[in-house]
Amino acid sequence: MTPSRVLTGMVSLITALALAGAAVAGDLGTLVVNLTTGGFGDRETAINALAASGEPRAAPILEALGAGRLYVRPADKAVVIGKAQGNQLDLTDALTGKPAGTASEDALQRVRINNRLRGVIDDAVGSLTLLSPDPRMRRSAADSLFKQRSPSALPAVEHALAAEKDAGIKRAFAEARASIILASNDASKAQKLEAISVIRGRGDRDAMGFLQAAASSSDADIKAAATAAAGSLNQTLAVWEAAQNVWYGISLGSVLLLAAIGLAITFGTMGVINMAHGEMVMLGAYTTFVVQQVILAYAPGLFDASIVIALPLAFLVAGVIGVLIERSVIRFLYGRPLDTLLATWGLSLVLQQAVRTIFGPTNREVRAPSWMSGSFLVGQIDVTYGRLWIVVFALLVFAVLILVLRKTPLGLHMRAVTQNRPMAAAMGIRTPRVDALTFGLGSGIAGLAGVALSQIDNVSPNLGQGYIIDSFMVVVFGGVGNLFGTLLGATALGIANKFLEPYAGAVLGKILVLVFIILFIQRRPRGMFALKGRAVE
Amino acid sequence: MKLGSLLRTGLVAAGLLAGAAAGAFAQDKEPIKVGILHSLSGTMAISETTLKDVMLMLIDEQNKKGGLLGRKLEAVVVDPASNWPLFAEKARELLQKDKVAAVFGCWTSVSRKSVLPVFEELNGLLFYPVQYEGEESSRNVFYTGAAPNQQAIPAVDYLMQNEGVKRWVLAGTDYVYPRTTNKILEAYLKMKGVKAEDIMINYTPFGHSDWQSIVAEIKKFGSAGKKTAVVSTINGDANVPFYKELANQGIKAKDIPVVAFSVGEEELAGIDTKPLVGHLAAWNYFESVKTPLNEQFIKEWKAFTKNPKRVTNDPMEAHMIGFNMWVQAVKKAGSTDPDKVIDAIIGVSVPNLTGGYATMMPNHHITKPVLIGEIQGDGQFDVVWQTPGEVVGDEWSDYLPDSKNLISDWRKPMNCGNFNVATGKCGGKGL
Repeated sequence: MTPSRVLTGMVSLITALALAGAAVAGDLGTLVVNLTTGGFGDRETAINALAASGEPRAAPILEALGAGRLYVRPADKAVVIGKAQGNQLDLTDALTGKPAGTASEDALQRVRINNRLRGVIDDAVGSLTLLSPDPRMRRSAADSLFKQRSPSALPAVEHALAAEKDAGIKRAFAEARASIILASNDASKAQKLEAISVIRGRGDRDAMGFLQAAASSSDADIKAAATAAAGSLNQTLAVWEAAQNVWYGISLGSVLLLAAIGLAITFGTMGVINMAHGEMVMLGAYTTFVVQQVILAYAPGLFDASIVIALPLAFLVAGVIGVLIERSVIRFLYGRPLDTLLATWGLSLVLQQAVRTIFGPTNREVRAPSWMSGSFLVGQIDVTYGRLWIVVFALLVFAVLILVLRKTPLGLHMRAVTQNRPMAAAMGIRTPRVDALTFGLGSGIAGLAGVALSQIDNVSPNLGQGYIIDSFMVVVFGGVGNLFGTLLGATALGIANKFLEPYAGAVLGKILVLVFIILFIQRRPRGMFALKGRAVE
Repeated sequence: MKLGSLLRTGLVAAGLLAGAAAGAFAQDKEPIKVGILHSLSGTMAISETTLKDVMLMLIDEQNKKGGLLGRKLEAVVVDPASNWPLFAEKARELLQKDKVAAVFGCWTSVSRKSVLPVFEELNGLLFYPVQYEGEESSRNVFYTGAAPNQQAIPAVDYLMQNEGVKRWVLAGTDYVYPRTTNKILEAYLKMKGVKAEDIMINYTPFGHSDWQSIVAEIKKFGSAGKKTAVVSTINGDANVPFYKELANQGIKAKDIPVVAFSVGEEELAGIDTKPLVGHLAAWNYFESVKTPLNEQFIKEWKAFTKNPKRVTNDPMEAHMIGFNMWVQAVKKAGSTDPDKVIDAIIGVSVPNLTGGYATMMPNHHITKPVLIGEIQGDGQFDVVWQTPGEVVGDEWSDYLPDSKNLISDWRKPMNCGNFNVATGKCGGKGL
């Protein structure tokens, strides 16, 4: 032993002794005060000491610490747990669990933790909450023990496994037990082989990692079993991965569809190259922001409905601005595509700068309502609620638009005007009014898209720019003037993008898609679904 | 005796009068013009507008203190509109038409590269406040933001030592800063014994908004049984959807921490940070650092912008340091002449906002402390680690084969931005 080793050994021995002393002599009070003093290293020992103390208050205190809700009140050095109540914090005494008045956050000192401590706390809380009456706590405890694999937790896990009634959580405990056994040195071969099959049954990426680690075991039987299990799991996971890419593709496709569907009307049926289309999307997103701010200020209870309330307003705002643009600029430019392009591009800059002046250049936060946050598992695919609702919403908008075009007088007039303007005019249709309404409809739908995109993208003045090129691509690829072409085009491009991304990277993937579209347009200049008949001329 | 004291009083009075006259005369002198070259429109307006505001505040304060060399300072604000060639045009306008004494500006590396020839041709002074990829040193530019060794390398060291990270995802936006930084980091990690299969490099276009499959890839890469971290050089707008997707797919900081070099208080202002608690950022300044100077700076900033919710960030501190250094150098040189200021500014030391000092080094980079902060639920950062002292900016990375032999020293007699210590000659790769 080198002198420094001896020294380190002595220091750790002293620390251990001191700790043991503290644990014996110290009541809950000292244990908790230890949590709040010293550096991150000291805090780690304090957390473990508290977790090992067997005190019933240990679990809530550690949870509060993990969630950043444990404070020291400078006035009397009391350790308190805070719960946000408006601008104030409702305090409870950490030691007794009794109410301890209120205070503002600035008046308290938060007990700081870092990532490493967060992990330590989760593990500690995991073993403390194995027998919690709350099934969600038991499940998360089982999951954390599954990943942590500490041999010392085995008796507790086995005890919890025997006591568990819920079948799903029982399986989670069995998996945690298997994972610990597979990692431990003193389990028998038969136990380990059984553990491998249990872990294989879990079937996710974490299980895969453990099996691969076990596949390098020195024991031939375990090695063979783990290799076989990892191999078959790999195949299952590959299938899930493909399914996941399809889902991501559909999700991206729905975003493209939403962005492009308004353009399919203004550009597709009216033939206006509308470069300000993206800004209509942006206006929709800002409308959502304003609606949320108003709701937060005057009726916070309605917050979950804010997105729904924003929908008609965004449609109106974008639609009215669309009608104004058509009446004031575009109607003078029909039949002059190049001039329209330049004029609408100028308009897009004007709108961007106007929003920048009013709302400032920084991103605005549009929060997700509770029914759009979180995710659920379908097999091994993580489906987020937000994305799911956007897919549903895109399809809904599409269906309503088809209905409007096919079943309403306005739709009839629109189709008549696009197919043969002089004839429609001769039949008594007021074509300028129809033009304005069509443009307003297209813009309004872009506004609806903005409400949805505010959930997944930055609400900034540049929001629209990111979508304008993609929107034109979808409309041209799908077939100008054909709504079903837009639907299929968006989905196809979305899925193609998501299958290319993992292999080629996001940048090259985008380039490949563009090259493909260029080649495709060479072969079929009118897109996937060319419109037949008079409109073609 | 009486006569003597009378004489003395007379002399003092005369002196006072002369001083007052000089003061009055100073008011009539032409103001010193200071150029502000930040985008106020276009994609970069989100970050750069704040820097324009902070410069106006600093100039305003200096004027309240009586200006500089007895003359008032006057800000000349131009808008290069996030358009790189326009940066060069506006820089020329500032130097030739407005005859500014110094320019504070630029954010992206490409805008800096675009104005560089203009500043060298017209012998102007540029103070550049943003962290950048290094591999550059110009006689006319002062780099007050972090070089890679003042941000990226310490951050990687922190993750390696304190969180035991073994597997690395280097994710960035596809342009020069992330590409060069990742090249340096890759070389550094390999030197530290990280195998090639434990490094995943991913680039995305500007403003990338659909992160689903890339985040899923990261999740997959991170489930190989070794502790994994993401080093993010993702820039600007793409960050918000990236972090949202991380939260959506349930990637917690304790499983796969993300350390970012371009995400500060300003960028977090647009997102709900509760699901992001524990993800990291490496900077040389955080708003949450408690020092008297910083508290005063924040108070002044909120009062100047008349908005109690405005946050401060790292490039703002860099501009404050750069401006104070320039003021000191001008006082030292007694003139705003660029050549005199370039000579005078080396070695100038001003306090930074985190309790230390920033000194201008001969390579035109400054000394900075490196701080690692964890994102908190309120959009601020908690400092969890910091370098014991200030780190000197290293313009030519020691980890890249092309630049490891290069140094820069703008003092006489060397006066060279890319001196090759192996060949002993001025002029290597780069400039």
